[in-house]
Amino acid sequence: MSTVAHEHDHHHAPSGLKRWIFSTNHKDIGTLYLIFSLMMFFIGGAMAMIIRAELFQPGLQFVDPQFYNSMVTVHALIMIFGAVMPAGVGLANWMIPLMIGAPDMALPRMNNMSFWILPFGFALLISTLFMNGGGPAGGWTMYPPLVLQLGDAFPFLIFTVHILGVSSIMGAINIIATVFNMRAPGMTLMKMPLFVWTWVITAFLLIASLPVFAGAVTMLLTDKYFGTSFFSAAGGGDPVLFQHIFWFFGHPEVYILALPAFGIISTIIPTFSRKPLFGYASMVYATASIAILSFFVWAHHMFTVGMPIKGELFFMYATMLISVPTGVKVFNWIATMWKGAMTFETPMLFSIAFVILFTIGGFSGLMLGITPVDFQYHDTYFVVAHFHYVLLTGAIFALMAAVYYWLPKWTGYMYDEKLGKIHFWLSTIAANVLFFPQHFLGLAGMPRRIPDYNIQFADFNMISSIGGFAYGLSQLLFVYIVIKCALGGKKAKSQAWEGAKGLEWTVPSPAPFHTFETPPKLTKAMLEH
Amino acid sequence: MATKDIYYIPEGSKWPIFGSFALFSLFIGGALLLNGSANANTVLYIGIALVAYMFVGWFNEVIGESRSGKYNQQVDVSFRMGMGWFIFSEVMFFAAFFGALYYARMFSIPWLGGLGSGTATHEFLWSTFEATWPLSVTPDPTNFDQPKDVIPAFGVPAINTLILLTSGVTVTIAHWALKANKRATLILWLAATVILGFVFVFFQAEEYAHAYSDLNLKLSSGIYGSTFYMLTGFHGFHVTMGAVMLLVILLRSFKGHFSKKDHFAFEAVAWYWHFVDVVWLGLFIFVYWV
Ligand code: HEM
Ligand SMILES: [Cu+2]
Repeated sequence: MSTVAHEHDHHHAPSGLKRWIFSTNHKDIGTLYLIFSLMMFFIGGAMAMIIRAELFQPGLQFVDPQFYNSMVTVHALIMIFGAVMPAGVGLANWMIPLMIGAPDMALPRMNNMSFWILPFGFALLISTLFMNGGGPAGGWTMYPPLVLQLGDAFPFLIFTVHILGVSSIMGAINIIATVFNMRAPGMTLMKMPLFVWTWVITAFLLIASLPVFAGAVTMLLTDKYFGTSFFSAAGGGDPVLFQHIFWFFGHPEVYILALPAFGIISTIIPTFSRKPLFGYASMVYATASIAILSFFVWAHHMFTVGMPIKGELFFMYATMLISVPTGVKVFNWIATMWKGAMTFETPMLFSIAFVILFTIGGFSGLMLGITPVDFQYHDTYFVVAHFHYVLLTGAIFALMAAVYYWLPKWTGYMYDEKLGKIHFWLSTIAANVLFFPQHFLGLAGMPRRIPDYNIQFADFNMISSIGGFAYGLSQLLFVYIVIKCALGGKKAKSQAWEGAKGLEWTVPSPAPFHTFETPPKLTKAMLEH
Repeated sequence: MATKDIYYIPEGSKWPIFGSFALFSLFIGGALLLNGSANANTVLYIGIALVAYMFVGWFNEVIGESRSGKYNQQVDVSFRMGMGWFIFSEVMFFAAFFGALYYARMFSIPWLGGLGSGTATHEFLWSTFEATWPLSVTPDPTNFDQPKDVIPAFGVPAINTLILLTSGVTVTIAHWALKANKRATLILWLAATVILGFVFVFFQAEEYAHAYSDLNLKLSSGIYGSTFYMLTGFHGFHVTMGAVMLLVILLRSFKGHFSKKDHFAFEAVAWYWHFVDVVWLGLFIFVYWV
């Protein structure tokens, strides 16, 4: 376009709509990602409210079962691919260049495209809810043959996966190129902040697993429309094959959601403990081992599907193994806090809650990873409780912590600490009221993805729904706090948090449109972590 | 490593959002077509045209910037990493289909034939089914096109293997010529590579026609036909794309775009070409031969 004709003017942001839709600026694109993610969080959240309203009492009250199931399915897809992943990429966009002393992402135009694909992708997905035959209702895992019964929405669902995959792969490639090619001199790999490390490892997971997912759904598509029999036993294929391919992607995917969260927590806890992170190198190696192992545990999602016993055992042991590096991390976070001069600002509160509640999710994961026990737990609310502990009080709490932590850097103002704390306590209490009883429901045998239940489950479901509504409402407070902070408040210093380490705190708050246009000279103190 | 004194950050660009929209219309068109909607073709063709226009426009802009000397070594390294990891993601895409092939041959077919935990399925569902590979009679023979025969490895596929391997050599010779500043030689060998690429595609198309109409080997011939066509089909598509990319590089060589030192685009295409080559070797061995 106008690249050649225009004088480069690096100190003024372009204005108006063009600034956002043509952007090649990592901060603007990061902001777009974060806002988009927040919107998806509320759309997906609204669906969760419908689910909890229906489950408030036994019997069918508000929605018909088909629609209920599409709510369950689309809620999951939106939260995973629309809320948590884009929020992580948004943070990566904003923070990685600032943390490694780079002027921007390595491939800025591709960066823009990876963002702008998202609204189109979700337009495809959400439009399916209004189609003939309803939205996807077979669960986010899209198992055949059930998913093949979907009506007009089917090809749209498949293409949503493709287009979102394109976006994520481009984002991942960009992060790898940025980290390996754009670091300021002196920022060696083992000096990088842990957030950068966890993200670059996540990027590898994305590149290695998303194409496999794309392949799997392509096979679904051809099975439905072109007569192939990948997942049809009558033609020599096997529906279970889909589950293998899906979970080969699916398990790394849960770490795609979790690893950036680990990076956030490893950044925030040292700041408010005023101590360096305990065991930096072991954190890096633990993250890498989790990532590698995550490709060898997939069939723990399939214990009840009828695998040969050797397979069951292999995947059980491999799953147990993955909790070792996870344990290393939890140990290091606690050791970082040990004897630290701790203060409890909102980001730190969310981080501590993360450590405790994520660990609960890890423990229930361990229980699920034990093959014979999983025969009882599989496809019950116990699984639902497990993954919400690791995803909501895990990944989402870490994202909330990150937003509070870096808001001063983004907006130039401190957020309202009192409201932040209220938001934290409301969220934490509500999330536990919401998800803790689901463990009991699952152990007692309540199946997941069903709109009605036996009256024996009524009490716990009502408690859970009350927690759900409370959690949903509390997030409105979060939006208020963020908007309030963006509009004004106490001025933030460049070093917004006294104990914070890292290059991002050497630039003014708010961070100017362009930073590190020439590589910063790094001093020893700047490289501490 | 890269010169770290100056960074190059491109100005805002209309292409990314244009491309996102193009992909959007392409997919909507495709989905409507599969649903049998009335205006599907129009949307699909618009989508294809927009995507093509996006590629041409975007690459033109990048080539222009590169020619005007805006890029430094750091940009070059970023591009290289981008291309390298893109190819890796493609490898993983093929891995899904190779995985399906492996699973069908090692697990699902033997199980359907009654092996191991498949005994009951075999007894109660399709007790006459025999596990063979290539699978000519599917467990339920009624709903599938039973192939008369399959394509033998040592016919056209072996010739195609030679063609692709040769093209890997010719593109390497072209690269040497480029690095030795011999433009005529570069063009000659690059042209040879392009021709070999298209010849491969031609043979592949012939073979498809033969398999479809003479051998009754179709996508709907059960798992053999499914894996056969999906693997060779996606590969053939990649070869076609690669050949088109080679053609672009050839045209740019005519224009004298590449220099001894500065020829990332050439190398990117060459890498891509080697990638389709390696995938083909996997196909030749596991789909046609063993
Ligand atoms: C200590 C580590 C973990 C272990 C041992 C573990 C184990 C398991 C097992 C065995 C299941 C399958 C249960 C069943 O369907 O019967 C499961 C489900 C699940 N886990 Fe984990 N998990 C761990 C950590 C995580 C993390 C970190 C996340 C995400 C951030 C996660 C997300 C999920 C999700 C989303 C499901 C449900 C998938 C579905 O069926 O829809 N898990 N986990
Ligand atoms: Cu898993």
